[in-house]
Amino acid sequence: MTTAAPASRRELYVGPSRGQRRARLPADAALLLIGACFLLPLLWLVFASLDPEAGHETRVPGEVSLDNFAAVMTPGLLFQPLWNSMVLSAGTAAVNLVAAVLAAYPLSRYRSRFNRPFLYAVLFGTCLPVTAIMVPVYGLFVQLELLDSMPATIFFMATTTLPMAIWMTKNFMDAVPVSLEEAAWVDGASGLAALRTIVLPLMRQGLGVVFIFVFIQAWGNFFVPFVLLLSEARQPAAVSIFSFFGQHGAVAYGQLAAFSILYSVPVLALYVIVARGAGSSFALTGAMKG
Amino acid sequence: MPVLPLMRPLPTWRMPAGLRRRARLLPVVPAVLLLLVFLAGPVLWAFQASFTNAALTGRNARSPGWVGLDNYQRLLTDPVLPLSLGLTVLFVGGSAILGQNLLGLTIAVLMRQARKPVAAVVGTAVVAAWVLPEIVAAFAAYAYFSRDGTLNQLLGGLGFGQPDWLYSFPMAAIMLANVWRGTAFSMLVYRAALNDVPADVTEAALMDGATGWQRLAFITLPMIRGSIATNLMLITLQTLAVFTLIWVMTAGGPANSSTTLPVLAYVEAFKFGDIGYGTAVASLLILIGAVFGAAYVRLLREGKP
Repeated sequence: MTTAAPASRRELYVGPSRGQRRARLPADAALLLIGACFLLPLLWLVFASLDPEAGHETRVPGEVSLDNFAAVMTPGLLFQPLWNSMVLSAGTAAVNLVAAVLAAYPLSRYRSRFNRPFLYAVLFGTCLPVTAIMVPVYGLFVQLELLDSMPATIFFMATTTLPMAIWMTKNFMDAVPVSLEEAAWVDGASGLAALRTIVLPLMRQGLGVVFIFVFIQAWGNFFVPFVLLLSEARQPAAVSIFSFFGQHGAVAYGQLAAFSILYSVPVLALYVIVARGAGSSFALTGAMKG
Repeated sequence: MPVLPLMRPLPTWRMPAGLRRRARLLPVVPAVLLLLVFLAGPVLWAFQASFTNAALTGRNARSPGWVGLDNYQRLLTDPVLPLSLGLTVLFVGGSAILGQNLLGLTIAVLMRQARKPVAAVVGTAVVAAWVLPEIVAAFAAYAYFSRDGTLNQLLGGLGFGQPDWLYSFPMAAIMLANVWRGTAFSMLVYRAALNDVPADVTEAALMDGATGWQRLAFITLPMIRGSIATNLMLITLQTLAVFTLIWVMTAGGPANSSTTLPVLAYVEAFKFGDIGYGTAVASLLILIGAVFGAAYVRLLREGKP
């Protein structure tokens, strides 16, 4: 921000292209410094994953090896937890999509006294701190004997992201012009038939954004499965990562880092798809605009 | 919210108007059921359970007894509560309202002046910390701040002291970690908001001789105040709920010196096995979240009449 002042004066007196070029240098430098600060904590992750004798400290590995990756790539350590994460996240995203599309259709297409209060209640729901609800949810799951149940966990995780999903889906649906459905209605198609054959195909990019958005959140969620899933066979990667902390205080740092990278790659890739496909702030504006 | 014009289909069989209007809302039912069972249910259960002596194991786990306001009385006299409340305010104020918010705005403003590739690369670096799974981000932050971690290596290289951050300055460590983790959200909000500021307005001010600082303070910021308010609300709520980062880095320690409310609720309920008291703490947190949530909804409603 300190560079803003000279930038403007230069623009005024010198030609815009030369002036801007000069003003850009301090802004570039400041940004690169900030960017370096943000990358530093990730440096350890990369170096340690390639270093068979990694510890806390960041150091360029004496010899680069893929031993850590080879060591974690076993069914028990990597593939089963990743599969569990996959089931949890895909299930959560699917439940979200179905419930959100169904709910968004009447909210977007029919005028009703019920719409506004419902939407504001939903918005309010997005605000409740989920971590605060985990203690009571644990109590609830004990009483209903749902602890350690994959479907119940999926439905709970879906509910925590559902308000945001409804809000986003409704905004994407509002962008589909209603005139196309009117023709179908005149031909006698029901509302849901029009939804399936006309609206959904037109908003599939938006649906993709909602699905990926929910999937990323579920994939990264640690606290919910940590509290609700007890048996090792069901735990997703976010929770099984603790298995690298040995019983006697010995931590396999290199393997922990290698596992973290393998576990992070899918969501990084999904984020790139959303950002590339629709502009980096697209998903966010879908979520934020009223 | 634009409400689209209502166009009725031509039904072969006419339901009574009231019934038909209600039938249209049927698709909302699955969403409402989910929200009632898994969101409203636990919240109500929390308020109810906070009046009992429910426990994690033992006799009180099977049949919790009603203890009235005991948990809340204990809460009021518990010396950890004021400490935990203060730490929560410090954490939210320092890392979200000051840290993430100002840094996010700074990055967004700088990005408009910097070269495109530089802005893209730095944007990716900031977003990377935000998109990573929270447990991975927490481990990376833990390694970074640990005694022989990257930060101390840097400080040592520059000739400074090397404190044990996680023990000597646990709040500073988790606040910096939360700024690192969450700034991307503010950055994205402010980038979108700044893009919406019409160029001719700032150009006019430029012609009148306003400096960059003046334009930012008197033109740009007032024009994006809606986004600022929304962003402040959302990052406050997100930061209020941060658990994993703190749990992995310090677990609330040493000696409760980084125990924010979510950590306190978890520790009481699951480490000490006192679900009743833990839910009392959680209820307090839910109430605080509800106040901010209501303020946020109000803000949005006033934004568009």
